[in-house]
Amino acid sequence: MAEFFQEYGKLLLDGTIDTLVMVVVSTFFAYLFGLPLGILVTITSEHSILPCRPANMVLGWIVNIGRSIPFIILIVFLIPFTRAIVGSAIGVRGALIPLIIAATPFVARLVETSLLEVDEGLIEVAHACGSNIRQIVFKVMLPESMPSILMGVPITFITLLGYSAMAGAVGAGGLGDIAYRYGYHRYQYNVMMATIILIIIVVQIIQSVGTLIAKKSDRRIRK
Amino acid sequence: MIEIKNLSKIYNTDHGEFKAIENINITINDGDIFGIIGMSGAGKSTLLRCINLLERPTSGQILIDGKDITSFSGKQLLELRKNIGMVFQKFNLLMQRTVSDNVAYPLEICGVPKAEREKRVKELLELVDLSSKANNYPVQLSGGQQQRVSIARALANNSPIILCDEPTSALDSLTTNSLLQLLKDINSKLGVTIIIITHEMSVVNKICNRVAVIDDSHIIEQGDTKDVFENPKEEMTKLLLTDMLGMERGAE
Repeated sequence: MAEFFQEYGKLLLDGTIDTLVMVVVSTFFAYLFGLPLGILVTITSEHSILPCRPANMVLGWIVNIGRSIPFIILIVFLIPFTRAIVGSAIGVRGALIPLIIAATPFVARLVETSLLEVDEGLIEVAHACGSNIRQIVFKVMLPESMPSILMGVPITFITLLGYSAMAGAVGAGGLGDIAYRYGYHRYQYNVMMATIILIIIVVQIIQSVGTLIAKKSDRRIRK
Repeated sequence: MIEIKNLSKIYNTDHGEFKAIENINITINDGDIFGIIGMSGAGKSTLLRCINLLERPTSGQILIDGKDITSFSGKQLLELRKNIGMVFQKFNLLMQRTVSDNVAYPLEICGVPKAEREKRVKELLELVDLSSKANNYPVQLSGGQQQRVSIARALANNSPIILCDEPTSALDSLTTNSLLQLLKDINSKLGVTIIIITHEMSVVNKICNRVAVIDDSHIIEQGDTKDVFENPKEEMTKLLLTDMLGMERGAE
């Protein structure tokens, strides 16, 4: 055991850090772009507060196209673009661009689902009070659906964790890369097992903390 | 004064036209507690929602203090709504906001500064007797308390008009009584005009000085509550009155 850690400890630690950096940064940017996209897709739909069919269709297409391309293909497809933006298509930096692009439409759909849960009656009250569109979004829709939106963060994070492992296969580094190189190419199942255990631990922590924060923020739960 | 003239709302559905309300004529004076009573589906809710343009009427006019509001849009529409309070059957409180912040919502929308907002919210919560619940969340309140909060919210902007859409239908009879008393007090203290939609004659009997009976999209009878109760002309009015008497006898 001690021998194993001596030999692979540093490798696994670096891999974990690389994975976390990739996933945290891409989750952040996915929300930065996906949240407004999700809001726009929701409010421009037919029975919402800012119905606009052309905008809704175009945004819907963007989201659907983004979600239909398998991630492993998206990485390859984006290589020239990734190089142009971050200067390299490999390593943690190279993985970030495809991760963000894959996760943004995913986040947009999650946000849309959360916003649709907001009771029609509350939107009606907002209208009856003379609220404008911006006020309805920022004072009613977003705060009322915040617990649900927060529940989406660990879901996105964990999905990206899976994607980052795929990115590992094409040279992004991180735990996925280690599992692939040692497990698949060198038949070192112990190293692969260690990466799996590390990923499980990360998933458990993120999901538990995420659920806890979302529940704590929800005022509909009697305390 | 609110004058509703020849008001109709027609929906185009997959099964052709649906006339929710047709050719409605009502005059509501300042300071009235005006009841609009009818069975489910009679069109009373649509009528009420036309007054703050949550529904756009298909034809006809609504004059508020002489101004036809049916053509309002944009800023003018938002201003109109800021001056008309609304109370709903399901209370519709923002669940992630405290009681205080719910009452403050219309004030925020109007850009009232924070200090002034807090002062006004305090007054309103005293008025509806909920000062002790200021920092609670709606989920911690009973139905009657939640409806009191929503009444305070409707009054926040010093609205001269309050629209009530079945405000007591989700409440038990004792809570209903105290809530109706609150509306009556508000009407006499602040001179607010209250328009109340209901399917129960007992509600009309308790607080309305005037009433209109709506049946199958039309107003079939209207006048002072006393006159309508003593001398009902239409079958539907008699039916609704009999229902009320039956309920009262049952309660004895």
